[in-house]
Amino acid sequence: MTPAPASAATREAYPFALIELVEQGVDVVAIDADLSVSTMGYQFGEKYPERWLSVGVAEQNMVGIAAGFAAAGKTAFIASFAAFLPGRCFDQLRTSVAQPRGGLNVKCVASHGGITVGEDGMSAQAIEDLALVTSLIPFDVVVPADFESARQAIVAVGKTARPSYVRTGRPKVAGIYDASYRFELGKANLLRPGTDVTLIACGIMVGVALQAAELLASEGISARVLDMATIKPLDREAVLAAARETGAIVTAEEHQT
Amino acid sequence: MPTSLAPVSIDELRDIAKRVRKHIVTMVYQAQSGHPGGSLSSVELGVSLFWNHLRCDPANPSWPDRDRFILSKGHATPFYYSVLAERGYFSPELLSGFRTLGSPLQGHPSMSAAPGIEMSGGSLGQGLSFAIGQALAGRLDGRDYRCWVLMGDGELNEGQVWEAAMAVPHFDLGDRIIALVDRNGIQNDGFADNIMKTHPVEMWTGFGWRVLECDGHDMAAVDQALSEAEKPHERPRVVVAHTVKGKGVSFMENNPGFHGKAPTKEQLEQALAQIEGGLS
Repeated sequence: MTPAPASAATREAYPFALIELVEQGVDVVAIDADLSVSTMGYQFGEKYPERWLSVGVAEQNMVGIAAGFAAAGKTAFIASFAAFLPGRCFDQLRTSVAQPRGGLNVKCVASHGGITVGEDGMSAQAIEDLALVTSLIPFDVVVPADFESARQAIVAVGKTARPSYVRTGRPKVAGIYDASYRFELGKANLLRPGTDVTLIACGIMVGVALQAAELLASEGISARVLDMATIKPLDREAVLAAARETGAIVTAEEHQT
Repeated sequence: MPTSLAPVSIDELRDIAKRVRKHIVTMVYQAQSGHPGGSLSSVELGVSLFWNHLRCDPANPSWPDRDRFILSKGHATPFYYSVLAERGYFSPELLSGFRTLGSPLQGHPSMSAAPGIEMSGGSLGQGLSFAIGQALAGRLDGRDYRCWVLMGDGELNEGQVWEAAMAVPHFDLGDRIIALVDRNGIQNDGFADNIMKTHPVEMWTGFGWRVLECDGHDMAAVDQALSEAEKPHERPRVVVAHTVKGKGVSFMENNPGFHGKAPTKEQLEQALAQIEGGLS
């Protein structure tokens, strides 16, 4: 595997993160449901074949198998498109993962999130996934903005004992962070200071928010930009501070309200 | 490490089954809700399994090398909790709290809420998938435990069962997973043949399994079928036990009305007398 270029899709970070976790001693297994060439899970399978498996086109079975792995002590990753994970297997995530023992150690990494799979049509555009997974009580939910933050976010959730959902995307996006960045689960990242308004964004909308802040600056408006990669648990302090200090908040996410 | 008991005689198993049946009807009466029908039909399967086949240590329920019993037909908790209590996982006194606020014995099983509960259930069709994960983890870790999964025949309507049924032979897990089907012929809304006809023997065979059929209330036949299922074979094994919903209580037998209904006080007394006397 070669390092990702400056412009890369967030989904490309998945195998890098899994390999990093294994190298750090985390007992990872990873499962795909016949979309591994797109989720990039296959690259992990090439490196650690004994820790990776494909279950065919069977997302419900994939979730149940992951729950069984987790019950036996493994850190179980599962990957598919965000339209199918959680769309096709929400009940399994609820009953087999979220409820047992306060949440089993299952990590969902769902690629092709949002509307940026446009040409695939309506059925492929996942604009409900975050609403579904944020309703699952023990789940952490993260929507990283670029390759580097996606890599670090997947590593971070891989080190917790809780279930989680990380949404990645298909298109290549410009890099925002470099290796000096330190992702912190549950914390917003201040990307640009500002005093008149705060733009809070996640995923691909973080880059858009930075461009918007630039445009606003040319009109004399000082916009703060927060990368709210972790949308659950939400960094309430950062939101409250933004409201207090800038008086207005605009949010931007690749999802329906 | 303690594992299983010395083989328990068929007569002793029958006595245990009697006690389990009494617990079942009493619990559902006390709670005035619950699922007696599909609990009574599973009794011989569960008793033979927990006393003569399941490698377990009730005093050490998280023993890593234990066999896992996974109740996929999660509504059969009166059966499940009664078996666990009789086998020594917890005190039978706990059974009186079934379905009450604060009790670990919820209407459908909650994983680890009480010793011996391996999986949260209640949404049907998820047990076999869970077992695959446990079994693959066992293979990775070099452990030789088995997963026994009990399903209902109505549950076979769920598509996920067949996603998992496909995967067990694919991953060559026949020596690590044994499936049990309680073929009582009745599901929530009525007789299975009217609700959604299934052909368990042909379906499991078609998915690559070896099907072992038995009379699910003939304790010797059940015990023999489970022994046969443990023997190595090129195909994974599923025991299809032909059973009677509500077995042992005349007015519950083969009666869809007692899928999820509690008896009255008079019915409870009648049921206990029939179980004690051995309804023929």
